[in-house]
Amino acid sequence: MKSLQSNDFELFGLEQCFAQDQAVLDARWKDLQRQAHPDKFSAQGAAAQRIAMQWSVRINEAYQRLKDPLKRAAYLCELHGAPVNAENNTAMPGAFLLQQMEWREALDEASTPEDLEQISLQSRLAVREALQKTEQLLDQSQDYAGAVAQVRALMFMARFTEDINARLDQLDP
Amino acid sequence: MALLQISEPGQTPNPHERRIAVGIDLGTTHSLVASVRHGVAECLPDAQGRVILPSVVRYLAGGGRQIGVEAVLAGSADPENTIASVKRFMGRGLKDVALASKLPYQFVDHPGMLGIQTVQGEKSPVEVSADILATLRYRAEDTFNSDLYGAVITVPAYFDDAQRQATKDAAQLAGLNVLRLINEPTAAAIAYGLDNASEGLYAIYDLGGGTFDISILRLTQGVFEVVATGGDSALGGDDYDHALADWVLAQLAAQEGKSVNVCSNLGAEPQCASSCANYGSTNSRSPADKAALKTAARACKEALTATETITFNAVLAGASVTFDVKRSDFEAATQALTARTLQAVRKALRDAKLTAGEVKGVVMVGGSTRMPQIQKAVGEFFGQTPLTNLNPDEVVALGAAIQANQLAGNNPGGELLLLDVIPLSLGIETMGGLAERIVLRNETIPTAKAQDFTTYIDGQTALALHVVQGERDLVADCRSLARFELRGIPPMAAGAARIRVTFTVDADGLLSVSAREQVSGVEASIAVKPSYGLADEQIARMLAESFTTAESDMHARAVTEARVDADRMLLATVSALNADGDLLDAAQRSEIDRLMQAVQAARTLEDAKAIEAMTLALAKGTEAFAAQRMNRGIQHALAGKNIATI
Repeated sequence: MKSLQSNDFELFGLEQCFAQDQAVLDARWKDLQRQAHPDKFSAQGAAAQRIAMQWSVRINEAYQRLKDPLKRAAYLCELHGAPVNAENNTAMPGAFLLQQMEWREALDEASTPEDLEQISLQSRLAVREALQKTEQLLDQSQDYAGAVAQVRALMFMARFTEDINARLDQLDP
Repeated sequence: MALLQISEPGQTPNPHERRIAVGIDLGTTHSLVASVRHGVAECLPDAQGRVILPSVVRYLAGGGRQIGVEAVLAGSADPENTIASVKRFMGRGLKDVALASKLPYQFVDHPGMLGIQTVQGEKSPVEVSADILATLRYRAEDTFNSDLYGAVITVPAYFDDAQRQATKDAAQLAGLNVLRLINEPTAAAIAYGLDNASEGLYAIYDLGGGTFDISILRLTQGVFEVVATGGDSALGGDDYDHALADWVLAQLAAQEGKSVNVCSNLGAEPQCASSCANYGSTNSRSPADKAALKTAARACKEALTATETITFNAVLAGASVTFDVKRSDFEAATQALTARTLQAVRKALRDAKLTAGEVKGVVMVGGSTRMPQIQKAVGEFFGQTPLTNLNPDEVVALGAAIQANQLAGNNPGGELLLLDVIPLSLGIETMGGLAERIVLRNETIPTAKAQDFTTYIDGQTALALHVVQGERDLVADCRSLARFELRGIPPMAAGAARIRVTFTVDADGLLSVSAREQVSGVEASIAVKPSYGLADEQIARMLAESFTTAESDMHARAVTEARVDADRMLLATVSALNADGDLLDAAQRSEIDRLMQAVQAARTLEDAKAIEAMTLALAKGTEAFAAQRMNRGIQHALAGKNIATI
């Protein structure tokens, strides 16, 4: 039985692993919303609306977490007793921090959209590599502590990507 | 399973009877009402055969009002009491209204939402909008000779919580049962039947009279998903009128060497300010002259859609203005405005991480998209010809009508499901005047998000929460939505309390916030409303003052509404029993039957309170059943699906 307490993977009827097919995820989300969305109960009274709202909220919450590789990885770590605790634990390997600093300097110095595009490309490549590593750790080696370190690195990179986009917004408001 | 008969004939509406549901496009310049009749959505005309109701209300000395065309005609002579483009003021304070001093109204500033002083006293934008909505409601009721079951009302995609709530308040004031607020561009996509079209990404370019909206929708298997929205709430066809009037006056001044009084002072545009400076003008035009210039510019603009040259003609108090305008002049004078729309389009695409080339189709909405330069610019930007075959003025109302029909349960087999996103981030103020975002922009709704906060001094027993909406980091740059306090926190060391703040956004995009101290269980919550919108007492006062509720029929109206609600609940229960009655055992079933009979009995009384009480009892008594049905639905959604093999 699916319930509001089921974990995201159970709710969506998916295997509990990092590798997921985005198309399957999207289709599952829509199937579930088609059943549970409050609009499907608009003619059925306030109680049905309220319950539908609870389900619909829960389905959206799970979908937000499952579709984002970073959130999905963090969630898997947590389900396996290895919480990421990003706010309490920011210690990172020196080499990683050094590289982050280099990128940030490059970002500060970038003045054209082309410069930013170049930085963005580098950062996307690094993210892809980190995601592959994360998948390997989670799905093959079941090394959740190791995966936590990758997730933290990915969080730094995600922040960096936001900053690149903010700069792009400045150049083309 | 056979249909369950629960009443004497004539006592309840036939479950197969169609419920009259309408879609309303409450626009800045125009409003329309549409409904699905004989399977086709169509706009409903008034007694004179006009479908478009200008969104203009004139308040007359000594009571009474003119709404629509009559108000427009009388408007130039009485601009102060003729409220146009009221949508720009919905949920807005005086400081939010661009160049308020150049509008002909006497504004009254209030925290949250301004008021407008008229001969009939101060009017809230909500009341003015309610007058427009009530006019459309009467039109629909006359058309069908029946009460309305409900309405879907459209709002611009990026309307914030204050503006959405104000719109819902106006509908309530107009006596409408709001089935849903939906985004205008989404309604347009529904009208074009894009749900039946092949799947893909669509851009909805909506240039109305007063607002510009761009939305990127993804359509798959009957699901409309808004992936990004953007736009400019202060950019529309009106600005093209202003720009044109300013350009004509500047040309005349240059030609004749005049040095005074040449700026129309209409514009929401920086160009106006500069031309004012160049020609030494001040804000000296009379309200009547401003209105006359605006009318002339609009006529000129509309004519230039079909012709290459037209004469701009306005009669002002001082002199008459006549000038030949070529389409290319108009295009050049408004080029900056068109460019601003495309800038917003680029930003929306970037938000959605998409490029123009990935967009499969472009839908044009709003009368202003008739301007050839707009169609050309949009076509060039997306590299394809935009869709223009539906009337751009009607398309939003038509889509809303289709959605209303579905929500009223008239189209049970319908696969249409709308999954909307929240247009602006929601958050709360933290130390140092910073906004901590809790629900992020473009997240699918309904949604609930929780975040934990703590106290910052020892023994702190209360926490003030300030709810804000916007994308900026500083609270001062965001819109303040509400303030409330969580009191009675047991004294603890700083940082020991765990206060969980939960934001819940419903399918209409409306927010409620609750806070709970986890250790002690102390709670506080608020339906976000007071700091910007209208308090419930204000709504009650307006209802009492409203022409829809003269003292004599207040009682009758309450009884009628209670009966409509009772019927709605009965119908819902009958259809639930038909679908899933097998979930109940005999005792549960007989209890529900008993509650239904009680509602039946109560609805024959002339007592609104008694009917409401029985309806509520039925709602409560079927709650567990509703939960069981929902569970079954969810199981059903996943039934027969294998765990994905990857």
